[in-house]
Amino acid sequence: MLEVENLCFSAKNKQTGKTSDIIKDLNLTVDDERFIVITGPNGSGKSTLAKLIMGVEKPTSGKIVFNGEDITDMGIAERAKLGVGYGFQQPARFKGMKVRRLLQIAAGTDLPNSECNTYLTKVGLCSADYLNREVDKSLSGGEVKRIEIASILARNPKLAIYDEPEAGIDLWSFEKLTDTFREINDARDGRSIIIISHQERIINLADEIILLEDGTVTDHGTRDEMLPKLGFMGRMAADNVNCSMKVPEFYIEEEA
Amino acid sequence: MPKQAAFEEIDAGLLEAIADLHALPTNAYNIRKDGEMMVRNQGANIDIVAQSDGKPGIEIHVKEGAKNEVCHIPVIITKTGLTDVVYNDFYIGDDADITIIAGCGIHNSGNERSQHDGIHTFHIGKNAHCKYIEKHYGETDPDASGEVVLNPQSVFYLSEGASCEAEMVQLRGVDSTIRDTDAELAENAKLVIEERLLTQGNQKATSNLKITMNGKNSRVEVISRTVAQDNSSQSFVPLVTGNCKCRGHVQCDSIIMDNGRVKAVPAIEAASPDATLLHEAAIGKIAGEQIIKLMTLGLTEEEAEKQILDDFLS
Repeated sequence: MLEVENLCFSAKNKQTGKTSDIIKDLNLTVDDERFIVITGPNGSGKSTLAKLIMGVEKPTSGKIVFNGEDITDMGIAERAKLGVGYGFQQPARFKGMKVRRLLQIAAGTDLPNSECNTYLTKVGLCSADYLNREVDKSLSGGEVKRIEIASILARNPKLAIYDEPEAGIDLWSFEKLTDTFREINDARDGRSIIIISHQERIINLADEIILLEDGTVTDHGTRDEMLPKLGFMGRMAADNVNCSMKVPEFYIEEEA
Repeated sequence: MPKQAAFEEIDAGLLEAIADLHALPTNAYNIRKDGEMMVRNQGANIDIVAQSDGKPGIEIHVKEGAKNEVCHIPVIITKTGLTDVVYNDFYIGDDADITIIAGCGIHNSGNERSQHDGIHTFHIGKNAHCKYIEKHYGETDPDASGEVVLNPQSVFYLSEGASCEAEMVQLRGVDSTIRDTDAELAENAKLVIEERLLTQGNQKATSNLKITMNGKNSRVEVISRTVAQDNSSQSFVPLVTGNCKCRGHVQCDSIIMDNGRVKAVPAIEAASPDATLLHEAAIGKIAGEQIIKLMTLGLTEEEAEKQILDDFLS
């Protein structure tokens, strides 16, 4: 489904003016019907990699191939139309745009209430309370994050990339979210999913786990192979009610 | 006036734009065209009569206790060089409930200015409810240079327990507008004004609001959302005054694009320690993250921008 070849991305630090290598000669393959978790320390380039795949950032060099088609030079919308989806870690808010409208834009069609209800329920939101609310500052961080995830569920892309879907979400909603990801995983309908996460309950769903450090893949294997290496992190995260609150700072990702 | 004549070509387009009318409604209505009454229909609980003092315009009397009433009073202008000043007075009886759909559409096919000044005065009875929808729209022929000018004045008098929601929208095509809105609220009255406005090209828009809360427990909310594109300019000066125990909130949000210019001066004035008043204003461009989010959902950059503006002004 996805092949990332020798991908490099450099960016200039606005404060120092120096150019830094964020992604360094990164190679990655995602097969069909795979559930992959990308994890790694703060600043390792996980969100940048996701944005490069979606086309939000342009690589300095390297190649991205999606379903056999070189998408390296394609724009965001073109990639979206091919079937790449991306759930932002820090979602945008829109004054005047109702939740219903966002879900309809995502689905590319008018959606009946029942379908909107399904997507919102999957992220732990009551449809009746939210469908006609605006996706603006009146929503809490957790609410807007869950609506962001619902928009990706409504879009149902061939490759869905979720950037720390658990960040800012309370325990009850997180469990609902985990159930939803489990359902997607169980469906195995030809689609693949990449989740950037540190959470054991999400990592436990993965077919493969990729460890990203300092802009490149330093370890990659099946869940059984990788879990022992990541065990301490996952256990600590799982013990917490507000999952991202007590995880060691090293693993709390807040990338730009 | 034959039914078909009211909805030919230009008239039909204007009426659809400002009042969503595709045919004559079954409820009460008064359609004014080029400075004269074109067609009128009375309602069982609504009387529409000419101004008693001879001024151009109408009086609309809604009976006490009438419920779920609807009244259309759109104005259209298709002549270049015409200035139409009209006085419409609304007398809404106690406990009545009505939706009034007004608005003005101007089609200017010549090189002279076409102008409509609608002066609306609302007397809303005790515990009555009024929803007022006013849309303004202008269009010109490609080779015409005549301006489209709309200067509405709206005055709302809310009696005890009355409530009013006013939705005042300028769709597009209005070269110049000066909007003056005044209101006075008695005890337990509630007024919500939603103003939405788009300017393009070299258009200019000014909106002045003066709302005074005189009755205790009265409430006012003013929500202004505007978009200034190209070289257009806008000025908003809403003032909410609280003379008693009351609550008022003024919110101005504007999106500025190209070489647009927006001035927002929301003001609040309290003459009572029990008045709770709040104002806020924000002017900014469309956030890049908003465009990118919609592009990740398959929209082009242009489609994303249009979607954001449409929803902002919806």
